[in-house]
Amino acid sequence: MRLVLFCLSLLLVACAQQPPRDDGLYRALGEEPGIVRIVEGMLLDSARDPRIARHFLNIDIERLRAKLIEQLCFESGGPCVYTGDSMEESHKGLRLTPSDFNALVEHLQDAMNAEGVPTPAQNRLLARLAPMRGQVIDR
Amino acid sequence: MRFVYLLGLFFCSELLAGEGRLLATGGATSLEGAAGGGIMPWAVLAGYGERGEWGADVFATRVETGDYRLDVAGVAAAYGNRIELSYARQRFDLGTLARDLNLPDNSLSMDTLGLKVRLAGDLIYDRLPQISLGLQHKRQRDFLVPSLVGAQRREDTEGYLAASRLILGGAFGYNLLLNANLRYSRANELGLLGFGGDRRDRHSWLKEGSVAVLLDRHWAVGIEYREKPDNLSFAGESDWADLFVGYFPNKNLALVLAYARLGEIATLDNQDGVYLSVQGSF
Repeated sequence: MRLVLFCLSLLLVACAQQPPRDDGLYRALGEEPGIVRIVEGMLLDSARDPRIARHFLNIDIERLRAKLIEQLCFESGGPCVYTGDSMEESHKGLRLTPSDFNALVEHLQDAMNAEGVPTPAQNRLLARLAPMRGQVIDR
Repeated sequence: MRFVYLLGLFFCSELLAGEGRLLATGGATSLEGAAGGGIMPWAVLAGYGERGEWGADVFATRVETGDYRLDVAGVAAAYGNRIELSYARQRFDLGTLARDLNLPDNSLSMDTLGLKVRLAGDLIYDRLPQISLGLQHKRQRDFLVPSLVGAQRREDTEGYLAASRLILGGAFGYNLLLNANLRYSRANELGLLGFGGDRRDRHSWLKEGSVAVLLDRHWAVGIEYREKPDNLSFAGESDWADLFVGYFPNKNLALVLAYARLGEIATLDNQDGVYLSVQGSF
């Protein structure tokens, strides 16, 4: 029984790192043009948000934009490969708090709302990103 | 001097009040003053403060059944998404019963002090669901009527263990909120009819649960169920249930409208009614 549970949990961990099998979410996000607008909307709002704006100063915003587009495309089952650093690596030294993480989530939600992405599709994307929180905060 | 202190406290709270948690994750305020649903607390803490931040709620609730009315008002404050202190005053209008039985009081009031501590987990992110331990100390201010119907004590302390989890996309793509509590209490009708009774004067283990679906960031619909003890021989005490709609326009306001089925209360059966709650968060 314990072995079965162990194998199941291994499977679950393995699944979590796989891209989705279909591109339904990618299409719901508006494919590449939609994802570009979502990422840009999120970054613009974040840079204006006094809670987290400081984290967007003195960084290569063009590179961040490109890597986020790749990442959302990959995570939503689109035809992309994420070529950026690991989440731990890319947030090293930023000392992001749980509040910072949630502020970014809010801007992502706002940007998806602006694109007319339906709530269930928004939740699917958030469910793929939420497990990364532990690799993002307190680095 | 006290005024200066309060003023200082106010400005400090303005500076430190956090909005670090996501909309609606502070819940509403339960009848006993703790953050949660309507008739039961949840494991979430009052307000929207995350680590290093304060959060606070003020609220007012009215429940109107055919024969009774319950008014509740109170405040709660939480720090660091870790610890919550709450105070609520309940006032139970006996309406029909006071008239029919010529009771010496036509309303019963109670004070509830609450403490809740998040022990582990997180509502959304951690491997573990959010698990909180709560204590409530309640004191009946009008004990004459409760003592006449068999209540043994004017005041008492009860505890509960609460677990809450928001599952992203868990309900056909919509976010699903699950809550389960285990309470250890001997309060009669929340304590409005005192504590312990002629039939049973010991604490009981009581289960409470609720399920809610978040239609979007602002709207939630759900159900709640709460077991109640049955300590008094003069009347049965029913389990409570409700069906609610919650509206969270922003992080400062929440409105909850519910249809509550409260069953038999102090000999009068079929106490179904409307529950309305307004909450301000800071």
